Amino acid sequence: MRLSIYRYNPETQRSPQLQDFEIEPGPEAKFLLDALLQIKDEVDDSLTLRRSCREGVCGSDGMNINGRNGLACVTPLKGLKEPVVVRPLPGLPVIRDLVVDMSQFFKQYRSVKPYLQSDEPVPLKERLQAPADRAELDGLYECILCACCSTSCPSFWWNPDKFVGPAGLLQAYRFIADTRDTRTNERLDDLNDPYRLFRCHTIMNCVDACPKHLNPTKAIVKIKETMLSREL
Amino acid sequence: MAAGAKLKKRRFDAVVVGGGGAGLRASLELAARGYHVAVVSKVFPTRSHTVAAQGGITSALGNVSPDHWHWHMYDTVKGSDYIGDQDAIEYLCRNAIEVVYELEHMGLPFSRLDDGRIYQRPFGGQSQNFGGPQASRTCAAADRTGHALLHTLYQQNLRHGTHFFDEFYSVDFIRDSQGRIAGVLAIEIETGERYLFEAAAVVLATGGGGRIFKHTTNAFSCTGDGLGMVARAGLPLQDMEFWQFHPTGVAGAGVLVTEGCRGEGGYLVNGDGERFMERYAPNAKDLAGRDVVARSMALEIMEGRGVGPRKDHVLLKLDHLGSDIIMERLPAIREIAIKFAGVDPIETPIPVVPTVHYMMGGIPTNRFGQVIANDGGEDEIVPRLYAVGECACVSVHGANRLGGNSLVDLVVFGRAVGRHISDNFAELGAPADLDESSAELGLGRIDRLARKEGERPDLLREEIRDTLQAHCGVFRTEQTMREGWIKFEQLAGRCEQVAVKDACEIFNTARIEALELDNLVTVARATIVSALNRTESRGAHARDDHRERDDEHWLKHTLYHGDGDRIGYRPIAMQPLTVETFKPKPRTY
Repeated sequence: MRLSIYRYNPETQRSPQLQDFEIEPGPEAKFLLDALLQIKDEVDDSLTLRRSCREGVCGSDGMNINGRNGLACVTPLKGLKEPVVVRPLPGLPVIRDLVVDMSQFFKQYRSVKPYLQSDEPVPLKERLQAPADRAELDGLYECILCACCSTSCPSFWWNPDKFVGPAGLLQAYRFIADTRDTRTNERLDDLNDPYRLFRCHTIMNCVDACPKHLNPTKAIVKIKETMLSREL
Repeated sequence: MAAGAKLKKRRFDAVVVGGGGAGLRASLELAARGYHVAVVSKVFPTRSHTVAAQGGITSALGNVSPDHWHWHMYDTVKGSDYIGDQDAIEYLCRNAIEVVYELEHMGLPFSRLDDGRIYQRPFGGQSQNFGGPQASRTCAAADRTGHALLHTLYQQNLRHGTHFFDEFYSVDFIRDSQGRIAGVLAIEIETGERYLFEAAAVVLATGGGGRIFKHTTNAFSCTGDGLGMVARAGLPLQDMEFWQFHPTGVAGAGVLVTEGCRGEGGYLVNGDGERFMERYAPNAKDLAGRDVVARSMALEIMEGRGVGPRKDHVLLKLDHLGSDIIMERLPAIREIAIKFAGVDPIETPIPVVPTVHYMMGGIPTNRFGQVIANDGGEDEIVPRLYAVGECACVSVHGANRLGGNSLVDLVVFGRAVGRHISDNFAELGAPADLDESSAELGLGRIDRLARKEGERPDLLREEIRDTLQAHCGVFRTEQTMREGWIKFEQLAGRCEQVAVKDACEIFNTARIEALELDNLVTVARATIVSALNRTESRGAHARDDHRERDDEHWLKHTLYHGDGDRIGYRPIAMQPLTVETFKPKPRTY
């Protein structure tokens, strides 16, 4: 199988280049991550990528695979057009090979205060939450912070310092939608900004890119709706 | 950065090594109490392996079936095959209730019952009233409880101002000139720069070492780093013969399929279509202890009643549950089955095999998380050094951990460590001013990898994993383990000579993998030596040549000492804190 992989070593290279590899995937190799690690082990130990759980839940190995963002560990080798072109997630500074600097991405995540805030007194047992209210969090809390969505979003590419981006906004809505959180107004005020929220132009690349099948665009629309209904 | 160049220094009240559930609960407790605390983690914290826990966190809330922490304690002692420490188990089960409510208050999105309380599902080994009817004790956020828990704890740490050093690999902990624990030597992976973290307390929360086996549910990151550090420092490892084989790893892929599937009503069938657990555990059936279920599966396969062309697995049947239950309570399992087994469990059973999942042994600690040294006499506390989570052996899991008891272990003892450091901070003494010579050994370990020619770390790693799988599996004998030990010793010798070709300082993951290999070797060595030594069958340690449990000789903890591969022992704490001892009984389900 042929792969064409983005290589960049800042100590020795002025500019990145694609390097071609030809390997015979082992009998147990089923996913792109298996092939990449086979190259790292057998051909070139300097090939650099992040990986951990190898089951699509830790969010380490987001990358651009034949032009689409996805997780290498759950992208089947079968059906991939060859040569498989593997690049780092677009729009973030490249540290080395397939490893990008995610500081800006995490900064936006932190900016939405992604933690439950409640002004209610803490009960002795659990707070009650109706199953229907809890169901509002489905499709929101499952985010793995892989950055596949935000780095597929043109608005995030242009304004990564000012636009929260789909991942951060999904998290913002996860707390707005949580009946246990009492800071909805502050959260909406914070997002009511031409850049932070309103740079989303519903291009919906994020929905296409999300390996967990989440829908950040829908969350963004719901934030806007909540804002609107508050004003009415 | 060239070898010998200056170390960067950072000073904190406490440094936590590892950003999984245990580390983050410890750091949260300290940060919330106003301490200056750092989490040094080789992966971004939410990528830690806690994220992969599925089924839930066990706590006797009694939301679904009548329950009491004392019943939870009975089940845990029985599950441990009576070598869990009963003081620590009482502490775990009593505190389990409060810590789960705390997690809910922090925002963990638990699934809910119709009345709005936390949803609880039945898990293996859970009983009402000391061995009575099945209990429903495991609190769940669908089948993503670990993910929900880890993200919640990370979020709360952000809120409370914990200092994060993400993608910093900790090489070794450091002692000051008086021999006191004083900090950690770490590499910033992105730059290759070496850092000395000075602290009044060091908390090891580095997780398990399941990567010593070929077939494991564990992430690449589970390389037993804290155990390697402790052994290099001349401290013992405890109960390393006990490794849990989870009954349901996806055949071929190793990916975990939660016990919650059986809790929700799924069951195992063999090649004859028989629900074979009815034979092995007439009462609890598929919800017997994990060791019991895993051994039964292995026997079915060994006796020719497996499934598939090579009859090398069995099936986990869920299709009778209906799509509503699967979509609501096991949505991620469905995704895993489709991706890794190519079957939709709504229609087709999932092929599964027993797969290495959890390390019951680890760094011996008391119930405050303080690390214990013992070389033939009384226990001695190692001042300023703590261990918590899977890397620690408190021991609440003994010879076999119950499902759902891992997440609760992380949170109960993570909090306990934070409290203990805080309550005793004055006595710990100030962080010492470390000079570079204190880090010489660790720096030398990094520099030696730069040799031009040498062994390939990936090949050695894979051979070690094959060896452990073949010679230290579900069923063990003196002979297979001796053969494995001979192979292993040769491989371990060659590991001294590994070479990393990648010479770049920037994000050099080949170097990190080579450093991890040292720790895998330590974990593997401790495992084989301890397993050879224990000539009885107990919990997950099943000896074909010593099939019975032998309480007369073996009701004790194994201690492995790295110098000379020596074995020592510690007594089991049979005396709980307030209730009466659960005396060893034959263990049936």
